[in-house]
Parts: sequence; C-alpha cells; structure tokens
Amino acid sequence: MPTLVKALLNGDRLALSRLLSQVENDTKEGRKALEALFVHTGRAHLIGVTGAPGVGKSSLVNQLVQHLRKNSEKKIAIIAVDPTSPFSGGAVLGDRVRMRDLSGDEGVFIRSMASRGNLGGLAYGTAALTQVFDAAGFDMIFIETVGAGQAEVDIARLAHTTIVVEAPGMGDDIQAIKAGILEIADILVINKADRPGIEHTEKALRGMLELAHPISKQFLHHGRTEKLRMSNKPIISEDGWITCIQKTNSKDGSGVPELTEKIREHSIYLNKSGDRLTRDRNRLETEIDIMIQNTLNKEFRAKLPEEKFEQVLEKVIGRKLSPWEAVRQLINGRNP
Amino acid sequence: MSGNMIRVLVAKPGLDGHDRGAKVVARALRDAGMEVIYTGLRQTPEMIAEAALQEDVDAVGLSILSGAHMALAPRILELLKANGQANVKVFLGGIIPDEDVPKLKEMGVTGIYGPGTSTEDIVNDIRAAIPEHAS
Repeated sequence: MPTLVKALLNGDRLALSRLLSQVENDTKEGRKALEALFVHTGRAHLIGVTGAPGVGKSSLVNQLVQHLRKNSEKKIAIIAVDPTSPFSGGAVLGDRVRMRDLSGDEGVFIRSMASRGNLGGLAYGTAALTQVFDAAGFDMIFIETVGAGQAEVDIARLAHTTIVVEAPGMGDDIQAIKAGILEIADILVINKADRPGIEHTEKALRGMLELAHPISKQFLHHGRTEKLRMSNKPIISEDGWITCIQKTNSKDGSGVPELTEKIREHSIYLNKSGDRLTRDRNRLETEIDIMIQNTLNKEFRAKLPEEKFEQVLEKVIGRKLSPWEAVRQLINGRNP
Repeated sequence: MSGNMIRVLVAKPGLDGHDRGAKVVARALRDAGMEVIYTGLRQTPEMIAEAALQEDVDAVGLSILSGAHMALAPRILELLKANGQANVKVFLGGIIPDEDVPKLKEMGVTGIYGPGTSTEDIVNDIRAAIPEHAS
C-alpha cells in the first residue's frame, strides 16, 4: 500500500491534503491511491449545495457545519468549487472567506477546488475527491458547486442530498416552473430570509412544488437519460420524498437548526427507502461505462497509426468524407 | 484539463483592514494562470497555516500593512514547518522598512514587495521559486 494512503487511513491531515492534490491532478499516484482507497468508501453522506452566485451558499455551509459540529461528533469535509478563468486557466477561490468560523476545528477539513473547464457546476475531479474524504473517515461531505445558473445539475448525480439555495428577488414564478436546477432539489432553501420579497419567493416556489407530479426524475447526463428514483408525493409517504422548503438567514443562523434536521430526515429516508443504494448503483454503473469507453478509446488510438487518423481527418475537413463514414473506415481498418 | 497548477494562498494576517493590495495580487496571479485561494481579512497565523495545509498550496502570499510583520511572518513560517510544509514558499507584501528585509529573508521569506511593485515581478518570482511547476 502506498505510504500516503497508509498515512491517510491513520488520520494524517497532510497526507490527506497531498492525496487530494494527486487525485485532483489525475496523476498516476492519484489513480493508484483511489484504487487502494475504494474499499474504504461508501460510508459518508454526500450533501450538495447549489444555487446562483451570491445567494449565500458558502455562508450557509459555514452556519450548517458550525451547528452540526456543536451538536455531534461527526467529522465534516467541505469541497468548495469556484470557476476557472476560461482565458488564463487561473482561478480565485474565495469560499473560505465566508467559512472562517470553522477554522481551528480539527473535525472540519475545507478544500477549495477550481472547476478547471468543466461546465456542470463541479470539476472533473470532484467525485474522486469525495471518495478520498470518504475513505479518510469523514462522516459528512458538503459539496458546494460553482454559482450555478439553470442547468448545472451534475451535483444531483453525485450527492445523496441536494440542497438548492435561492434568495428573494431572483426571479418570478415563471423561473420557478422552468426545468433544471430547481427540479434537482431534495431541500429548497430560501436564504436571506430577512430580505424584502421573501413572501413572494416562497409563494412562487411553493406553487412550483404543488404543480409537481409524482413521477420519477430523469435527466440527461453525458448524453444519456438518467433516472433518479424520487417522487414528489407528500412528505416521506411510503414511496417518496417531497421536496421541502426551509427559510434561513445565514447572517444570524436562523432556520439552520431546522435545515440540519431536514438533512438528517432525508438521510434516514434514503437508507430506509433504498434510494441511497439505487443512486449508488446508477452512479457506479455510469462510472464503469465511462471507464470502459475511455479505455477502449485509448487502446484503439494506441493501435491506430497517427498518419492514418490524420489522413481521414483531412478528408473529413475537406468534406470528402462524413464523420460517420470516417469512423466506419477507421474501425474496420479499411484504407481510406 | 489536468496537470500541476500552481496553488497560492493569499491571506491578510493581523488587524489592518486594507485588502486592496491583496486583491490586486490575487487577481494578477489568477490572470497568470494560477489557482489562488483567497482567505480574506484578519487571519491569525494559525488560521493561515491550517488553510495552507488543507489546500496543499505551493506558496503563501501575505499582505501586512500594520507593521506587525516581524511578529507575524516568523510565526507563520514556524507553523508551516511544524505542519510538515517547510517546502511552502512565503511571499510578503506591504509596508516593510528596508532594515527588516534582510532579517525576514534570513528567517525564510522568499520575496518581499513594497508599494509600486509590478505584479509581473511577483508572478515571475513565484514561478521561479516553484520550478517543478514551471507553466
């Protein structure tokens, strides 16, 4: 077993931090570590926090984690994703500014992450980082997405519990019935509850929830339709979890104890209903599928002479060959 | 995109509230293609060392305008070392009297920058100090 992995399993925080970098950078050591750690994963409760920029996601996570640490011994990790510049490739990761109250608590580990070109609200390596934290014995892992607009729904695939944060003044009832981010919420939070317009926002969101039908949720991921078995029947009826609304104010922490209680209820629901297993199964199935695709592609390209690929590519660029025909020729090994 | 990005923690230890300089530097490092973890005002040395550990940074940039650099900088260097991060390079910007510069360098501060420094110099110095990441 690699030394860093051993140190991580023994609770060494520096080893954990180093491994997070290796995994994030997708190095050989990182991949080896992930393989060695996989058997230790599957225990942590993954909680996604998403919403538009400026609705108060970081401040809310700060409050939530403080409250959880005060009332339990659970070890908590936070992965905070911020966007990478499409121009320079650099990033300013500023979520820690709102989480300074968590400093000095050995049971909390905050890691900032740049999105590095991924568009779904997470970085490519975010799922892998959750596995490292999971193996390191963290009981809860909060994943704060990039300030998301309407369609960044990757988080719902990764997290067991998805919290969508809204704030007053962010849009009318038409925004509330649009597809996308609001659909993925297990818990809808209206933050900044002291702001004017809170009643209007709450009404619009309640209206949206009442319109919802008890159908299982499906969404597109990597071009395929994924099903999450969740329905929208009244609160934890026998076969479903209804999205609930919680008002919070992350300035003074009001609504936060109630929110932690809802997260706990959702976790219980996931275990009782079997939803947690189903989600795990779906996620791992997709992951293995993607790995097969990548491996086959890599093997195929390794066997294919580069000149031949270039020749075919030139023909496609010159519109003498369609991409479909090009693929057929390349795979069948015929000369173009 | 993968590979080794330079990660820099930018922090303001101590009690002065002037974070304009720290923000300008953070922005310049971002534009130079680095990942900057910005932690904001009024950080204790302990908070800075803890953040450096959790973020596995290559460098720490400190902005100190309060005159407390002779107390804060060595304490931060000491904590980094205690955490096993002696390899992390520390850069310091702010109002630093000339006579303190050699003392700070001897303590292990890699670069010291006063008012009027071009951000390009800072970027180049950080890149030079972290050769294995040369981007």
